[in-house]
Amino acid sequence: MGLLSNAATLLAKEARTEFRSRELVSTTLVFVLIVVVLFSFAFDPTTSESRRFGPGLLWLAFLFAASLMMQPSFLREQANDTLSALRLSVRDPFAILLAKIGANTLFLLLTELLMLPVFAVMFNVAVVPQLPGLVLTFALGSLGIATAGTALAAISAQARMRELLLPLMLLPLLTPVLIAATAVTAGLLAREPVLEWKGIGFLAAFDVVFLTALWLFGEYLLEE
Amino acid sequence: MAAGAGHAGLHFDRVDKRYGSVYALRNVTLSVAAGDCVVLAGRNGSGKTTLLRLAARLTRPTDGTISGAPEISAPQPAIGFVAHATMVYDELTAGENLRFFGKLLGLPRVNERVAELLKEVGLAERKDSLVRTFSRGMRQRVAIARALLAEPRLLLFDEPATGLDPEATAWLAAQLRKLRDAGCTILMSLHGESELAQLAGRAVRLDAGRVVADTRTGATFHSVYHFTGG
Repeated sequence: MGLLSNAATLLAKEARTEFRSRELVSTTLVFVLIVVVLFSFAFDPTTSESRRFGPGLLWLAFLFAASLMMQPSFLREQANDTLSALRLSVRDPFAILLAKIGANTLFLLLTELLMLPVFAVMFNVAVVPQLPGLVLTFALGSLGIATAGTALAAISAQARMRELLLPLMLLPLLTPVLIAATAVTAGLLAREPVLEWKGIGFLAAFDVVFLTALWLFGEYLLEE
Repeated sequence: MAAGAGHAGLHFDRVDKRYGSVYALRNVTLSVAAGDCVVLAGRNGSGKTTLLRLAARLTRPTDGTISGAPEISAPQPAIGFVAHATMVYDELTAGENLRFFGKLLGLPRVNERVAELLKEVGLAERKDSLVRTFSRGMRQRVAIARALLAEPRLLLFDEPATGLDPEATAWLAAQLRKLRDAGCTILMSLHGESELAQLAGRAVRLDAGRVVADTRTGATFHSVYHFTGG
């Protein structure tokens, strides 16, 4: 069975278990909601301040939420040693990582899209006209966060102090994504909106580089 | 059930496995011929589980080599492994678990194979129940069914009778007998007397990570299998 069909089977399983437990999306959504609301209360921004600071605060909230969301990716597989069963069942271990990345990207993207109207209301910015650009930015940013986050979640799952280790490794690594995604989002929410293709290109390049690195070396992350 | 074409033997050559400074296995040399059924005996912590995980290629030896075991990436899925943990998902039903692993393994006619195995392990009526609602013995039956899905050439069973009632243990013994007779290589760790032990033509005893007795080296099956002799 090929890499993509294995990854699709694994992704369907991830979606089915999440649909049943609703653990990841619901807790992450609540977390982002709290952070966005707290930020808006703490700063009480005007519209121009919102345009300036809102995108950065939004992506910071997404980043913190992602570090919570990535943690269970591999911890769930440890409970019944199902990771070993997966490794014995797939020919290419990258399929396991690809499915985890796909699932984390989708769950994070869903959280971001659900949070967007709340952000628009709390920070008093119009998001509907820029929806296509925002969805593109969210998708590329989420893929980058999920790719790096899944790799680090695989590493940290086997370590002691894993709950602390993942955010400590993840947040500095994702600083370039935070900067680029914030700049593109700020451009889209500006008084005269513009889609910064340079930032989009950077996010896409980050995704490609990390996906390629995982494709080449990801097998070692899954070993005991 | 017939084992897949081409049978697998195993050869451990001066294998060490160390976790930090602790040796789980030390200088283990062991050959298991294709089609052999071998019981691993030994106290808790003697290295049986580590040896089985090395044979499954789930972990690498610190030193030494292992040859003969089918590669995980081989074109035909060839290793059936039952561990202490059930290796199935609690949030999926018994049927979903087996279909999921069957699809990953690329089995033809997955649904028929799953239905056949669920019937054999006595869980056909519970196929739509979540595994988390099962007793330990029922989970173990799902675990065994998962390991047998692809009719593997090498079976690695770590205390497979854990939680099984006498009826299920008898079923497992009958399955393993059929697989052994079809030429499947079986390596299993067991604690205490069991009808599963009677399937084995050879017993290897581990102590503190070393092979301390082997029926191939002149000891009797009983003296190796039982915890006597230090």
